Amino acid sequence: MTDPASPSGEALLVVAGLEGWYGESHVLHGIDFDVREGEVVTLLGRNGAGKTSTLLAIMGILSKRKGSVRFRGDETIALQPRQIARLGIALCPEERGIFSSLNVEENLMLPPQIQEGGLSVERIFELFPNLKERLRSQGTKLSGGEQQMLAIARILRTGAKMLLLDEPTEGLAPVIVQQIGHTIEALKAEGFTIVLVEQNFRFAAAVADRHYVVDQGRVVDMIPNSELEANIDKLHAYLGV
Amino acid sequence: MGQLFLGLINGSFYAVLSLGLAVIFGLLNIINFAHGALYMMGAFIGWMLLNYAGIGYWPALILSPLIVGGFGILLERTMLSRLYHLDHLYGLLLTFGLALIIQGLFRNYYGISGMSYQIPAALSGGQNLGFMFLPNYRAWVVLASVVVCFGTWFMIERTRLGAYLRAATENPVLVGAFGINVPLMITLTYGFGVALAAFAGVLAAPIYSVNPNMGADLIIVVFAVVVIGGMGSIMGAILTGFGLGLVEGLARVFYPEGSAVVIFVIMAIVLMIKPEGLFGRAV
Repeated sequence: MTDPASPSGEALLVVAGLEGWYGESHVLHGIDFDVREGEVVTLLGRNGAGKTSTLLAIMGILSKRKGSVRFRGDETIALQPRQIARLGIALCPEERGIFSSLNVEENLMLPPQIQEGGLSVERIFELFPNLKERLRSQGTKLSGGEQQMLAIARILRTGAKMLLLDEPTEGLAPVIVQQIGHTIEALKAEGFTIVLVEQNFRFAAAVADRHYVVDQGRVVDMIPNSELEANIDKLHAYLGV
Repeated sequence: MGQLFLGLINGSFYAVLSLGLAVIFGLLNIINFAHGALYMMGAFIGWMLLNYAGIGYWPALILSPLIVGGFGILLERTMLSRLYHLDHLYGLLLTFGLALIIQGLFRNYYGISGMSYQIPAALSGGQNLGFMFLPNYRAWVVLASVVVCFGTWFMIERTRLGAYLRAATENPVLVGAFGINVPLMITLTYGFGVALAAFAGVLAAPIYSVNPNMGADLIIVVFAVVVIGGMGSIMGAILTGFGLGLVEGLARVFYPEGSAVVIFVIMAIVLMIKPEGLFGRAV
């Protein structure tokens, strides 16, 4: 897909013709999108459209993938997840992935630092003051909202500047959703580049620069946030709401 | 009192061996049936170092675990690593086969009569404590086992490396996606677990005769210990190991005829009441 709003020369992440499989089942049939440095981009779509699979495929976690994922110009399609992580891409998974046998501090400090320039622990506690008070608690004893914050917090330390956030607002109270929205704005201001998978369309509209619509394992449309109002009917048709 | 202490000695071996099994099972999902054979190999390599190379007990206590650990790493890289996506049963069968091969090879070359290994000079003799005679070497076995067990516990439960290990036990895919080399960690963990068995083997060499069946005899009891303690827990493996050694010692005092089976009776009771083991998590 050629996209006049984002010439690929400036793009940090370029995904082209990406196909992916879980075992035998073919879930991605050609995902094309790109993300420029410092942008927040969402992947919108129905349940099962392939949004989460797209993030897992970028991270190298799907059992088989084909096509092209270039990060800072380097092709990553043949790399292992740990090598992709070392390039500076970090995933916050949908199920949050907080480790129950680790306390909050161990969870926070777990991902190794891969580059200079990650947030300091002090800065992380500014963003997520709740975590500071619960450092000794078992990771999974936190509330859902705190677990989500911990899952985001721990990838900010590593120096990875490209964050893949999978439904960070899922199942959370509105006040927490708002706090996560503020966090994403703050991260954007710090220079992070974010790909956000979201079901919460209003949340997506509040934080994102552009929206890609995913359907049946393909990217079917791109809508800049500024043109969202004009395209709202089309989007509702895509999402089936 | 002497019997109780003897129980503690056995318990030391149960603890070190079941600890290695628990560490390996946690990360690799493999029930390492070769553990007894590798314990025997540890004792034999200690004996060989002394008799073929003139290397004494203290260096052997380090060298033998390193050699057996290296051998374990080779096994893991060439064979075990192909089984992780399969059922537990395949790992158990493969390691059981490996145990038979290793034991068979040693039996072929050294027979079954057993070799003796001198207690190192610094630890010969003993102390008369009034109520019992305490041989120095046996005291050392208990002390060394306690230190190794709690050192391992500390490393796994309290350090950053241990946090990687615990996290990878829960969710290896996500830990890999953080940029950590999980396959390397798995290989080293197997090497470490196996090195623990070899360490126990060298400790055992001066007490029990060094023979190809020494591991096979012990490993059956150790598996009962692991079943009682539960596979999931490091501390559980340690405490159950020492505890059951003591129980065995007590049985020897009060009902000597039952001492050989008491652990299996406890295993049967635990399996009926709490199948996941005293410290285990439900599978």
